[in-house]
Amino acid sequence: MDLFYLAISATFVNNILLAQYLGHCPFLGVSKRIETAIGMAAAIIFVTILSAIFTWSVFTFILRPYDLEFLQTLTFILIIASLVQLVEIILKKKSRVLYNALGVYLALITTNCAVMGVALLVVRKEMGFVEMLVFSSTSAVGYALALLLFAGHRERLQISAIPKSMQGTAIALITAGIMSLAFIGFQGMAG
Amino acid sequence: MRSTQKFGETLKAGLWKRIPPFRLVLGLCPSLAVTQSAENGFGMGVALALVVTLSSGIISSLRNIIPSKVRIASYIVIIATLVSIVEILMKAFFFPLSEQLGIYIPLIVVNCIVLGRAEGFAAKNPPLISMIDGLSVGVGYTISLTLIGSIREIFGKGEWFGMQVMGQSYEPMTFLVLAPGAFVTIGILLGIQNLFSRWRGEKFVQG
Repeated sequence: MDLFYLAISATFVNNILLAQYLGHCPFLGVSKRIETAIGMAAAIIFVTILSAIFTWSVFTFILRPYDLEFLQTLTFILIIASLVQLVEIILKKKSRVLYNALGVYLALITTNCAVMGVALLVVRKEMGFVEMLVFSSTSAVGYALALLLFAGHRERLQISAIPKSMQGTAIALITAGIMSLAFIGFQGMAG
Repeated sequence: MRSTQKFGETLKAGLWKRIPPFRLVLGLCPSLAVTQSAENGFGMGVALALVVTLSSGIISSLRNIIPSKVRIASYIVIIATLVSIVEILMKAFFFPLSEQLGIYIPLIVVNCIVLGRAEGFAAKNPPLISMIDGLSVGVGYTISLTLIGSIREIFGKGEWFGMQVMGQSYEPMTFLVLAPGAFVTIGILLGIQNLFSRWRGEKFVQG
């Protein structure tokens, strides 16, 4: 039951994009069209789960036993960066279809704070292996959900008459604010 | 004479022409996340300014040594080292603030401003001017974050840097210190800034 609460809270209540504010560069960058948003969302789910597993293992089995926690930032970013490169190479070799679908977005993910943020949160909250899996996958799904919803809004925004000064990023941010207000409504569901 | 002019111009550029996160729409995550109060915004800005100034200096001094194929990876290692130093320093001297900022301090590593300045400026220019560029962008970021934090704190809680500024009868707009307030505040500030730029006849930057 606790895992279920964790899942609901990570997907809706503490939505990583709208409540924790992580991963905004791609959020505003690639959300102009639904197709690109779908590619990005899939790539993020994939990389977040994978990197959470790796960073958690390295932290629990190497950094903590040897009192090297201060190296956390450095190791995590290196793991994520090399993992992304590795995934890119493997996909290129093994699955051309998947590579064509995700390829461009994979390179962008290295500097996505959502991936790094999930890795850091997992370690900070001292989660076990199963909790880590549930938390990272549901966080990533929550991110994908918010990204897709937002991309839908932005496609519609392009054909609305917006005052000239508010066009582009400004109105996108206000839209995100209203969406975030809607997500606050989930707060009663789980802590 | 020309060189002092160039330094002055670089210093000024970060404060208005490319002030993040408004002109240079980078590094948005911390500007949304840590600006519930002016103090947090200021702390985050200073931490970032320190990292970006030092990293620009170091990267620029090594720019002829680092092979261009592995430059991004090298930049990330340099930046991550500096961020770890800042993180440890903050834990030692400003413990309450570092608890407040939480994971956003280590997340400076993936802040696009730092990498953007490294790639866009420090990789092509000598160390001193790169450091000035880093400093000016960092100071610009600090000003923006303090401004956003002040607006949210004053109207959302009726306080500024923890002091009561609004009268007792003021009903705080709690909405502003919650998540949606961050988006709306920055969106409106961006709009005002665009309006001002258009009124001054500058080129319209955001697409």
